[in-house]
Amino acid sequence: MRIFDPHIHMTSRTTDDYEAMYTAGVRALVEPSFWLGQPRTSPASFRDYFDALLGWEPFRAAQYGIAHHCTIALNPKEANDPRCLPVLDELPRYLVKDRVVAVGEIGYDSMTPAEDTALATQLQLAADHGLPALVHTPHRDKLAGLRRTLDVVRESALPTERVLVDHLNETTVKEAKDSGAWLGFSVYPDTKMDEARMVALLREYGPDQVLVNSAADWGKSDPLKTRKVGDLMLAEGFTEDDVDRVLWRNPVAFYGLSGRLELDVTSGEATHEGNSILRGGE
Amino acid sequence: MTQPHATHVTPDTQDADGTPAGQDPQGTTPAHVPPADLRATLTAQLGQAARAWLDQALDEAAAHPGTHGPISVWELRLAEAGRRCGPAHADAARVLVMHAARADTDALTRVYTQGTADERRAVLHALPHLVPGPDALPLVEDALRTNDTRLVAAALGPYAARHLDAHQWRHAVLKCLFTGVPVDSVADLARRARGDDELARMLADYAAERTAADRTVPEDLHRVLALTESGRPAPGPADPHGKES
Repeated sequence: MRIFDPHIHMTSRTTDDYEAMYTAGVRALVEPSFWLGQPRTSPASFRDYFDALLGWEPFRAAQYGIAHHCTIALNPKEANDPRCLPVLDELPRYLVKDRVVAVGEIGYDSMTPAEDTALATQLQLAADHGLPALVHTPHRDKLAGLRRTLDVVRESALPTERVLVDHLNETTVKEAKDSGAWLGFSVYPDTKMDEARMVALLREYGPDQVLVNSAADWGKSDPLKTRKVGDLMLAEGFTEDDVDRVLWRNPVAFYGLSGRLELDVTSGEATHEGNSILRGGE
Repeated sequence: MTQPHATHVTPDTQDADGTPAGQDPQGTTPAHVPPADLRATLTAQLGQAARAWLDQALDEAAAHPGTHGPISVWELRLAEAGRRCGPAHADAARVLVMHAARADTDALTRVYTQGTADERRAVLHALPHLVPGPDALPLVEDALRTNDTRLVAAALGPYAARHLDAHQWRHAVLKCLFTGVPVDSVADLARRARGDDELARMLADYAAERTAADRTVPEDLHRVLALTESGRPAPGPADPHGKES
């Protein structure tokens, strides 16, 4: 089973996770830029984070045979902090980089005017840079948030067919599907979706334009949830081709809209006793 | 990536520091190949679309060097070189763009600090072609502080061989052994290691530490240790910063 995790925050994960993911079949992933738990206080903090997503983290992933890409954005939560807003002016120079495959995560957290502005601004940036957009849907007041999100997308220069709306569930999937957007589902241990509900939704709505991710981060989450969904799909009668479509071809098709996917991992890196994530000289 | 080793040297293929390029036995990166040869080789390897992109990128860089607009056009070309030419050719393409733009230390520093790991590696490869003196050493030092072995290897090209001071160079060699970077990546290794008793001591201590932990001693360590025992350093160019104005 080949797996592309289209949404996982590897900066928050360990090399054990990389190893387990590779063993489970993960060969590619996208790491969206997001909130770090601890609030940032300046654009400089974002720059270091973006640089890590374009530097150290792809190197780490390559050590474990996994192709790493990222999405770049000011996340919805910190769009409300005026100390962070100036980072919007620095996004264009990041959005031209190789391996940046979308603008994201953008969207709504608390549906404030500041979030309206950041979302609209960043959808325009996506259109300007030939990139699709990864749009987070809010945890609270989710259906209203989805509707408002889709309205802003329709008013933007970015076609809805170039938008992935993420963290969908039973209450939001139908309207999201009717909009023509790509459909993202995050499978979590306790919250968001679980494997059984995910498979039920796949049966009801079909695998077309559906992406399944672990969204694993610094909270309680599981980087192997993609594999667990694939296993349950097979156990419940889906074909290997269905699984490959959901867990590989759909994410490749969506992020491939950027023209920047590079799925061959040529780690070509030095290894030392099988591990080059060493603290050499330190 | 691998580039054929240049076997001939003409006056316009000298590096910025006056050293004839392509004479290094480790000449397998864009740092070691004169830009004219690099372009000829790359052009022959690229497909039609990538070749057209490269030609245009180099023309633009030559016509509009320096800083202009929110982001200079040659810096945009640096950013997109990987997806335009393919990862295997990105280093060479980027070095050529920087060379065409006649990037100086300030420009290279900006490109490095704003760059992805791939762009940073290309800047390190470009240094011997573009910076005559030691001004760009902070970039080499930055790369040597990372644990990204691609950056560590690229940092130890001809520019570091010429300019890095003895203490930092020894630590860089030791770091190669720690992190598994082949010492073949280290430009001018034999000349700089020759007669370096302090490096020999550090290597012996590291070997003792490995042995005490019941771990193997890297084969490269023995190779470098042998090089330290091959005589006193050669005069003149062996001295970092010794010949720059």
